[in-house]
Amino acid sequence: MSTTFETVANIIAETCDIPRENITPESHAIDDLGIDSLDFLDIAFAIDKAFGIKLPLESWTQEVNEGKATTEQYFVLKNLCARIDELIAAKSA
Amino acid sequence: MRLEYFQMIDKVVELDLEARTLKTANTVPCESPIFEGHFPGHPLLPGVLLFEIMAQSCGMLLLRLHNYDRMAFLASVDKGKLRTFVVPGQVIDVFARLEHDGSGYARLKAEGRVEGKLVCNADVTLKTMPFPAPELRGYLLSTAERIGMPMGDAVINVAERAGNLTHV
Repeated sequence: MSTTFETVANIIAETCDIPRENITPESHAIDDLGIDSLDFLDIAFAIDKAFGIKLPLESWTQEVNEGKATTEQYFVLKNLCARIDELIAAKSA
Repeated sequence: MRLEYFQMIDKVVELDLEARTLKTANTVPCESPIFEGHFPGHPLLPGVLLFEIMAQSCGMLLLRLHNYDRMAFLASVDKGKLRTFVVPGQVIDVFARLEHDGSGYARLKAEGRVEGKLVCNADVTLKTMPFPAPELRGYLLSTAERIGMPMGDAVINVAERAGNLTHV
């Protein structure tokens, strides 16, 4: 069974045509991988479908814009995967 | 259609809120300055306008599902196909289906048919956000009325919340 990170990394590689070996848990989706907001919509769509969740992109963006959170909290992949796991757990609870 | 005003949808044929689908019927005008250039002696509805018809049908479906609380802007068109020519006078039946309602975006599938024959199809991503201007919301509501969008409870809710934008 794939881990959350493996699934997300494969989605990013396929969606954005980024070599899979360049994608690590420490990668920042924006700063390191160069993913822009439009590409991230495609990634969010694929993640939502793959895990049966709804990434709260709007509230994350709002928190970052208001200085209440950093982009690292949501867009470094290990942190993103942790959020995904939380959403999956919340769905199952 | 009024091509010069980007009014692409003529009328709603069917809205299914449970299935999250919308069918629209749209007649290509026989006369338009667009056909003077596209193309002389061989008038065709430009392909980008076929994408626009699909995008507007998707948008009107999404707005209705969100009770006109949020505006939808075209973000991307994937797997777009223009399968055959569409000429003045033809009626394009567009079918739109909401595939996924995400946070701040939605993914829909759309297709257009002329006399039952598939002429175009695409996966459409719309970005959603609060209306940037109240007059835009008013314009979309008047458009919904013009094309005969079944409003049901949304009419009452919209009237009650006129000018009070909320988040879905």
